[in-house]
Amino acid sequence: MEQRMEKKKMSVSLKKNKPLIVLFLIIAIMTVASPVFLTPGNLLTVLLQTSYNAILAVGISFTILIGGIDLSIGSVLAFSSAIGALLLTQGWPLFAVLLLILALGTLLGFLNGLLVSYGRLQAFIATLGTMSLWRGLTLVITQARPISIRKAPAADAFCFIGSGSVLGVPVPVWIMVLVFLLAYVILRHRRIGRYLYAIGCNEEAALYSGIQTQKVKLFAFSISGLLASLAGIIVTARLSSATPTAGTAYEMDAIAAAVLGGVSMAGGKGNIRGIAVGALIIGILSNALNLLNIGSYYQGVVKGIVILIAVLLDRGESQK
Amino acid sequence: MVQEPLLSMKGIGKAFSGNQVLQNVDFAVYPGKIMALLGENGAGKSTLMKILTGVYQRDVGEIFWKGQAVHFSSIRDSQAEGIAMIHQELNLAYELSVAENIFLAHEKLGRAGFIDFRTMEEEARRHLNKLGLDVDVRRPVKSLSVGQQQLVEIAKALSLSAELIIMDEPTGALTGEECRHLFNVMKALRDKGKSFVYISHRLEEIFEICDDVTILRDGRLVKESSLEEQNIQSLIALMVGRDLTEQYPYVNNSCEEMVLEVRNLSNDLVRDCSFSLKKGEILGLAGLMGAGRTELGRTLFGVFPLRTGEILLHDKKVMISSTKDAQKAGIAYVSEDRKRNGLILPLSVRENTTIGNLTAFLNRFGMIERKKETAAAADYVRSMSIRCKSLDQEIRTLSGGNQQKVALAKALETRPEVLILDEPTRGVDVGAKREIYELINACTARGMAVLMISSEMEEILGMSDRIMVMHEGSIEGILERSEASQEKIMSLAVGKEG
Repeated sequence: MEQRMEKKKMSVSLKKNKPLIVLFLIIAIMTVASPVFLTPGNLLTVLLQTSYNAILAVGISFTILIGGIDLSIGSVLAFSSAIGALLLTQGWPLFAVLLLILALGTLLGFLNGLLVSYGRLQAFIATLGTMSLWRGLTLVITQARPISIRKAPAADAFCFIGSGSVLGVPVPVWIMVLVFLLAYVILRHRRIGRYLYAIGCNEEAALYSGIQTQKVKLFAFSISGLLASLAGIIVTARLSSATPTAGTAYEMDAIAAAVLGGVSMAGGKGNIRGIAVGALIIGILSNALNLLNIGSYYQGVVKGIVILIAVLLDRGESQK
Repeated sequence: MVQEPLLSMKGIGKAFSGNQVLQNVDFAVYPGKIMALLGENGAGKSTLMKILTGVYQRDVGEIFWKGQAVHFSSIRDSQAEGIAMIHQELNLAYELSVAENIFLAHEKLGRAGFIDFRTMEEEARRHLNKLGLDVDVRRPVKSLSVGQQQLVEIAKALSLSAELIIMDEPTGALTGEECRHLFNVMKALRDKGKSFVYISHRLEEIFEICDDVTILRDGRLVKESSLEEQNIQSLIALMVGRDLTEQYPYVNNSCEEMVLEVRNLSNDLVRDCSFSLKKGEILGLAGLMGAGRTELGRTLFGVFPLRTGEILLHDKKVMISSTKDAQKAGIAYVSEDRKRNGLILPLSVRENTTIGNLTAFLNRFGMIERKKETAAAADYVRSMSIRCKSLDQEIRTLSGGNQQKVALAKALETRPEVLILDEPTRGVDVGAKREIYELINACTARGMAVLMISSEMEEILGMSDRIMVMHEGSIEGILERSEASQEKIMSLAVGKEG
């Protein structure tokens, strides 16, 4: 009897974690297919490549959870990085620049929030607009040329964020883990996290519960902007330069990771563990296709199919 | 009943994951008759109707339609045979026109598969005229009143040449006049040979419009009878399986101390409202649909802004410009529409109970203390006898009565001094109603002042210490319990000084 219960529990938790099954499946296939795949070096590379998409996915999930979306994260990433790189080349100190980039990202997110909450625009429309706006401004201030930070005084320290390691683990991976932990705590243990779910499930009922829904929306979009600029720091530091086209279409991979991880586009459903799994699937998939020498045209095809299969599996379960 | 039934369901049984919802139920509808289907929430009415219309498949039993054994595996199947169901929440495409809605999914096609709007509009007009509704069929459905929308649904059924129309709580959102019109339409259709199944909690209506009644209890058939052999008391007894001699457990907890005073409150929805609420008092708020009762309640709760006037709590003026302000001032509101804005259906019993007062459950690091939260929710579940499998059960899976109790718990958790209850027993079955009245009494015993908005005259008369009546946004009069009567309330509600 007890054993049966145990079995049932197992199958329930597996059923609940279809994305996890997909992840293990890819890992299993790759372990057989490529001798390089399951080496510590390659796995760290996968995590490194996953890091900024994972951070973006967490950010965008805050907006998806309240029933919105933030299409502007790629542009926010590019704009805040470009400003940061300019300041670095002007000789600004490292910490001032880092704080400024993050503050700028938060502010841009806050503006999205204002448009959605008090401006009563649909999130898709509002962020479609700001996506174009910040991308355009980035091209204007950079003259469409990359800004190299190699000669900046704080260059070494800044680039350490992108390519350095602590205890043998790349810094971006540490940052990703930290973001996961903080987001987990916020979503699961903080009041504001509960409010995000409440608004995503039923905004009107949330209002009638005495929740200041507009402020919660401002918070969600601010976090999305903040994390976009954090991802921007990593991307810029890895390349030692800010490019005006950085982050283009990154929102798509971020949405894919969120959805793969079980975040509902209708809002109100999803958790950090799922998002982490979703981001890992996307990351491992890219890595695997490279290891198997599959051409980049086919990579898109395979990625699309995997996403659709994973989401269909998940949907079949949650409908019951 | 020698008549051959139009529809007859025999020995129907249905279980959902081991839970027997229907057991050996017989149900029949006769040609040219209106059959009432009665039962408490959870008695199996809607499951039975879903089996009939092909939404669910029965486990055992047989269905005979015009004497032939039939099997419906989808709504399309049952529609094709002439069975239409009109749900409580109307199934209309609100942005589309009246004509488009009537012919939704069976559009009239002309040459080359193009939609033939002219024929559709002509036929739509013809159907609506039969129902006594004279509106432009090109208007979007959203611009119609709820009563008119209901008639559009009936027209839709008629356009499908339905012979049996199932109506689930059709009058919930209708004004008195709209109800009368609906009943006249139904009677006229009945006289032309159409049959109806009529589901409603309002027993007076059943006697007004129905011919026969079938009563279910706990998934079993209790009785099928002609309505001539029944009265309201006997129906209630059959539904709950016990006599409800004292339906309204009135107690007088009213004190002299004033809690809330409202002076000359006005905005777009209410006009110059002044009244006061005493500690431990239940002030019933009566009026017709659209009289501004809910709007008054929601203005006090900060949903709608007030333009002029003031709100005083314990003689101190309070500014209320949001629901949060109202909560802080000590005002709580339990919505008339728990699915839309009263509860957060996908969240659990625990999360719903505490969502209005989460601040009380934070530890010094600002983290939600789940243990404390669970203990509080468990307390409510125990003291209110909320029937749920666990505190983590999603609210949407509870019955109406239990959902309403959680909505009440959620309001009480904000520790209010003034409790506004908007239709506290709407869509709640007879047994749970009684429990909710007891809970309201427990609130007043603790000194809470209750403003109870209700459309049920008997509930207002049965429970209130005083009764306030609204008409077209303003307060027409306030009656003491001893002087109140149905006639006096009604004459105030229609704007004639009593």
